[in-house]
Amino acid sequence: MSDHIIRLTAAETAEKIASGELTAVEVTEAHLARIEAVDEKVHAFLHVDREGALAQARAVDDKRAKGEKLGPLAGVPLALKDIFTTEGIPTTVGSRMLEGWIPPYDATLTKRLKDADVVILGKTNMDEFAMGSSTENSAYGPTGNPWDLTRIPGGSGGGSSAALAAHMAPLAIGTDTGGSIRQPAAVTGTVGVKPTYGAVSRYGMVAFSSSLDQGGPCARTVLDAALLHEVIAGHDPLDSTSIDAPVPPVVEAARNGSVAGLRVGVVKQFRGEGYQAGVVQRFDEAVEMMKGLGAEIVELDCPSFDLALSAYYLIAPSECSSNLARFDGLRYGLRTGDDGTHSAEEVTSLTREAGFGDEVKRRIMLGTYALSSGYYDAYYGSAQKVRTLITQDFERAFEQVDVIVSPTTPTTAFAIGERADDPMAMYLADLCTIPTNLAGNAAMSLPCGLAPEDNLPVGLQIIAPAMKDDRLYTVGAAVEAAFVEKWGHPLIEEAPSL
Amino acid sequence: MTTTTDLVSYEDALASYDPVMGLEVHVELGTRTKMFCGCSTALGADPNTQTCPVCLGMPGALPVVNAIGVESAIRIGLALNCEIAEWCRFARKNYFYPDMPKNFQTSQYDEPIAFNGYLDVQLEDGETFRVEIERAHMEEDTGKSTHVGGATGRIHGASHSLLDYNRAGIPLIEIVTKPIEGAGERAPEVARAYVRELRELIRALGVSEARMEMGQMRCDVNLSLRPHGREKFGTRSETKNVNSLRSVERAARFEIQRHAAVLDGGGTIIQETRHFHEDTGSTTSGRVKEEAEDYRYFPEPDLVPVAPSREWVEEIRSALPELPLVRRNRLREEWGISGTDMQSILNAGALDPIVATIDAGADAASARKWWMGELARAANESATALDELAITPEQVARIAELVVKGDLNDKLARQVIEGVLAGEGTPDEVVDKRGLKVVSDEGALGTAVDEAIAGNPGIADKIRGGKVAAAGALVGAVMKATRGQADAARVKELILEKLGVAEG
Repeated sequence: MSDHIIRLTAAETAEKIASGELTAVEVTEAHLARIEAVDEKVHAFLHVDREGALAQARAVDDKRAKGEKLGPLAGVPLALKDIFTTEGIPTTVGSRMLEGWIPPYDATLTKRLKDADVVILGKTNMDEFAMGSSTENSAYGPTGNPWDLTRIPGGSGGGSSAALAAHMAPLAIGTDTGGSIRQPAAVTGTVGVKPTYGAVSRYGMVAFSSSLDQGGPCARTVLDAALLHEVIAGHDPLDSTSIDAPVPPVVEAARNGSVAGLRVGVVKQFRGEGYQAGVVQRFDEAVEMMKGLGAEIVELDCPSFDLALSAYYLIAPSECSSNLARFDGLRYGLRTGDDGTHSAEEVTSLTREAGFGDEVKRRIMLGTYALSSGYYDAYYGSAQKVRTLITQDFERAFEQVDVIVSPTTPTTAFAIGERADDPMAMYLADLCTIPTNLAGNAAMSLPCGLAPEDNLPVGLQIIAPAMKDDRLYTVGAAVEAAFVEKWGHPLIEEAPSL
Repeated sequence: MTTTTDLVSYEDALASYDPVMGLEVHVELGTRTKMFCGCSTALGADPNTQTCPVCLGMPGALPVVNAIGVESAIRIGLALNCEIAEWCRFARKNYFYPDMPKNFQTSQYDEPIAFNGYLDVQLEDGETFRVEIERAHMEEDTGKSTHVGGATGRIHGASHSLLDYNRAGIPLIEIVTKPIEGAGERAPEVARAYVRELRELIRALGVSEARMEMGQMRCDVNLSLRPHGREKFGTRSETKNVNSLRSVERAARFEIQRHAAVLDGGGTIIQETRHFHEDTGSTTSGRVKEEAEDYRYFPEPDLVPVAPSREWVEEIRSALPELPLVRRNRLREEWGISGTDMQSILNAGALDPIVATIDAGADAASARKWWMGELARAANESATALDELAITPEQVARIAELVVKGDLNDKLARQVIEGVLAGEGTPDEVVDKRGLKVVSDEGALGTAVDEAIAGNPGIADKIRGGKVAAAGALVGAVMKATRGQADAARVKELILEKLGVAEG
């Protein structure tokens, strides 16, 4: 019974709770049991909030008993990336710096989940401060990919993607600064969406790079992602960069998948050296399939995309060098060297030395340098210009096509430790996802098969113009349905049962 | 001070050098809430009780711009004859300091909301000097550090520091002048007059109380000297947080003398921060900047650009109150007084009380007379500001009314003022309680006059003989008999009438 529960989709779970076939407590207990059974091996969670989750589940069951109307995801468990503040529950951002910190406030996203009666199971592992593509940069140890525990689950949101793939939760939340939702989704055979910048409030989401960071939904199906998208998106007066417009009709789109008559762009910059043969093969098959479903395929040239990685590694570190300045050991989190012999300045310095990992320090140094007077124009200034060029490339492309598709990431999941000492190799994992963050538009990753050479999931990326997030779901749902028909089951069912 | 500073006499310094000043004034806005969050800005609360995740820089917290803060900045900009940006951004000024929760200050850098203006200021002799304004920009205040255990109250030598973040995030407007050239020996006076004029302006706009003693308005004085005839500026010193009008003038004067001594001795001025000391009137070196501080400014990505519509700006412009200089010139003409007289009124802080007294019904001459006379004296004796005296403009107007009606004479009016200031009640209550009424009962007055004539036959004869001046003695006798409560002019009239003498 409990194995049946954890394999349900979020939509099915919500339906069964609403109809009384299952209680929210049963559902929550099943997932807590699953976490207990497998997370020792996977290490997706940094903190499991057993009591809180059960209390939330009981509240849903009480509501139903009283005949109150339940929201579309009421009682459905969710794994929350440990980057969103949760009042009374630890929030570490994967860093020693915030070990033991209990936030005094809920992020807007946390609040929305609670208001929608979603059951938050706990907080998931991540690369420290969301900097990384493998979750190996977590101060609390790596997470294993449920498809092969010796491989990375992607990053920075590897905990969330692993929790989904290992059926520890049907829903999860990620954040995407350069691909941290989509790349983990791709390598774990799950679905992840980076909404349009400003669609989901950043209030209470610990900042890495403010102009790029965007929270979004993660799930095992396109419809589940849409249901979650609808819960978390929408204007927030506490976030000035939040979009003050109605949320695009994503659920409706996910229920009416179609690519017939759509113009689908394939960007020539998104292939070539560094792309694994099996990834390219599965991608090409996906494109062929869309063509078979009635899509018109258009070749696109976006020359500025070649500069995206360089621009990203100036903008993101620059903003992070400033965003992370607040971690000084004075008001919250770690404090090192406060033994009466050191000045406040020395305590700050010792705290930052002890509290930040290597990758975080590397980016703070890069960013500090890039913003320095005399270098600003050459680095941060030029990077912003490249950003404009990339946005213009997208604008031109979307005059010709409705969506763009690409592989989400050039390779399947690599082995834990394989790229740990080679930051440049690690950065390449985000080659196809970064342009979207720089331009601020929307993108999704969904499974398009297993690479023949290693039998690991390959992700298909769909990119839509800003504010047209619903297109991701229209196309995604159609592609997903066609693949399920082709394979006879969802890809995730081929994952090991652990 | 352990070191003494060599100085050149002020006159000698000015004989050799031409001072150039730059004034940076920070004004704390009187908005109800902070610049980027909803926390209260009220003064006097217990430490760290007016804080939230935003102004404490908690992980994940984000700023939201206070619209009233932006409007106040535009008001100030317009009143300073500035252009208002059609589009501008906030920027982050990055540096580590414990009283700054995010370790960057949200400020504005190369895109200020207001720029290219001027402020006309009046000097003691009524002459006008135009100070050009470079920019006025929005930013947030820091928290407050109290350094404990050191001798000087500065961080150096302290055993620990206490941090209060109630002030962190309070909106500030920084107003920066262009280099002030051509003031010559009057540079310190110009500095003082500028800060005073700016303070009056800020108050008139209603955007801040601008009380310097409470830190609501703080001034940095940048000063350099150059030999006469040279165009290039010398190296400047930056004297921080000079917090009274008098100190602004003294700091500028001291720095002129100090710079001249260094330059005369063949030395070079170090570009450094200096502290002004009220007690000695001198400045001492603060932290020497070994290299220029690099604040790594970049546009604040957490805030969207500020783009005030032209309609809104014009709406704000049309709602600006009469500006202080215009108002003073108008009042000076209405009252028919000289520039110097107006300057004295300003120096005494009497302008607003006088206007309020006139508004309460007094005539201009009486209002000026009482505030600049008896009340100024009282304020001076008790070392309080005029507007802090325990008497209201309405009460002063009432006293003036009683004098005009003849119910009080000046001497009695002074006693009424004394009574009101002593807390004995309203003017009418003091008149009643002290029994201070001019004796206007002609019968009683006539009897008193008759008695005085009968008691001083010799003097009466002199008067009858034409020596009208001798009447003073009889008036004195009557006043004594009526305990000062008679109208002296009327008494004199009666005496002359009764003695059959026409007034010469």
